[in-house]
Amino acid sequence: MKELRLMKGNEAFAEAVIRAGADGYFGYPITPQSEVMEYLMAQKTHERTGMVTLQAESEIAAINMVYGGAGCGKRVLTSSSSPGMSLKQEGISYIAGAELPCLLLNVVRGGPGLGTIQPSQSDYFQSTKGGGHGDYRLIVLAPSSVQEMADFAGLGFELAFKYRNPVLVLSDGAIGQMMEKVELDVQQPRFTDEEIRKNTPWATIGKTPDRDHNIITSLDLESIKMEQHNQKLQEKYRLIEENEVRYEKIGCEDAEYAFVAYGTSARICQKAIELARAEGIKVGLMRPITLFPFPKKILNDMTSRVKGILCVEMSAGQMIEDVKLAVEGRIKVEHFGRYGGIVHSPSEIVEALKKQIIGG
Amino acid sequence: MTEEIIIAGFGGQGVLSMGKILAYSGVMQNKEVSWMPSYGPEMRGGTANVTVIISDERISSPILHEYDTAIILNQQSLDKFEHSVKTGGLLIYDPNGITRLPERTDINIYSIEAAEMAGKLGLSRVFNMIVLGGFLKLKPIVDMEYIHKGLEKSLPARHHVMIPENEKAIETGKTLITPVLVLS
Repeated sequence: MKELRLMKGNEAFAEAVIRAGADGYFGYPITPQSEVMEYLMAQKTHERTGMVTLQAESEIAAINMVYGGAGCGKRVLTSSSSPGMSLKQEGISYIAGAELPCLLLNVVRGGPGLGTIQPSQSDYFQSTKGGGHGDYRLIVLAPSSVQEMADFAGLGFELAFKYRNPVLVLSDGAIGQMMEKVELDVQQPRFTDEEIRKNTPWATIGKTPDRDHNIITSLDLESIKMEQHNQKLQEKYRLIEENEVRYEKIGCEDAEYAFVAYGTSARICQKAIELARAEGIKVGLMRPITLFPFPKKILNDMTSRVKGILCVEMSAGQMIEDVKLAVEGRIKVEHFGRYGGIVHSPSEIVEALKKQIIGG
Repeated sequence: MTEEIIIAGFGGQGVLSMGKILAYSGVMQNKEVSWMPSYGPEMRGGTANVTVIISDERISSPILHEYDTAIILNQQSLDKFEHSVKTGGLLIYDPNGITRLPERTDINIYSIEAAEMAGKLGLSRVFNMIVLGGFLKLKPIVDMEYIHKGLEKSLPARHHVMIPENEKAIETGKTLITPVLVLS
């Protein structure tokens, strides 16, 4: 039976990773996501399931511990907030290059630099366009509720192992800090050594006589081999684009205009829809749940019905580039958003819709 | 029914925990709830506020810029949130914390001498529950039996001995709430 609790987004994510059978968490504290490690420590995960929870000496150490754990076929994760995620990008690139599964959480705060501790969505580019070096992609899940913070922990591990690819849960300070009702899944067992040997035959857990050495690396000095490796990665990313697009449409049936927004902005847009519809404006919401793969086709299909799109993000305009690529210039697309830690109000969004899309 | 509430005061007054107890009580009564704190540099003596929404329907935005009810416990919060109360809405304040009275004439205004009473009872730690009682008297959006369950869920087990004290404070608050301006 599922269990109902009132929890912060950060706590719900932490509880959900324990229940998903995680083997190890490696992190370094930073506001507004410190509750993740605090919660795991308070739960004494080593006693509860045998899961390791370790405060590393730095973000760089933490991500490289994840690299090592993932190489052994373990369900491992790290979490941070924007400046900390920047420090982890080198390790993430290595993990993507070595094709290892892991779960990452970024509870985004305003930047650039140390920025502010208040919520923001200004890490979209970093999350979806690389962040680290090289031609790699993360699967990026964008929760817009505490429930999804819990749900995407289990889903994240599942996708990570399915594709041998890092999965990033891209949250923000508002969802991390707020409390909502959450239904939690039952406890899943951690992988046994036998299961790891069977399910992840590539894992470096000791050579057996029946196979060659497993080698995990992102390095190959023969360029032709590196090109082939990259081609294989690209094929995997195309497969992910075919199979894993997730989105939610709200109030789009009769909509003449649409908001496109994820995470906290998608929640605020739902209030903006209530306000706009009270004034007779038919507006709906398309909420990408996966930011990579981006729901391009669904957006392109919407252009035959809606007259204009307002892309709402707590940034100076990042996801709007993907929206414009998807829409192929067929309808008007404009950006609205407050940033630097300021969260836009529902009425500001309605005003922007009127001014930039309906009147513009 | 949807009730959108801001509770604002000094850090250390129990603003966040008052919101949490109200929200958890809503969960126990099978309502939809959200609890969105201000977070960051707030600490004892700084300002703290929390937005609590309790509804029979799915909650759209947990972040709001206007409210049905504002519960105000210091002057900075009155300055910040008096104008965010919806027309016809409710403002509750503790006169002990403010130096300038509310100026709005299009909202219902009540005062509650919670700090003074908490001092008299020698129970400063249940100050926030006296205020909560005042609010629940005016807007009984959650039944008392669920407030009891909310207290059980919100307080760590070692503090459950203090639940009767908290409930008594809520009942006291119900008798202390005083109309200042009531719209006809």
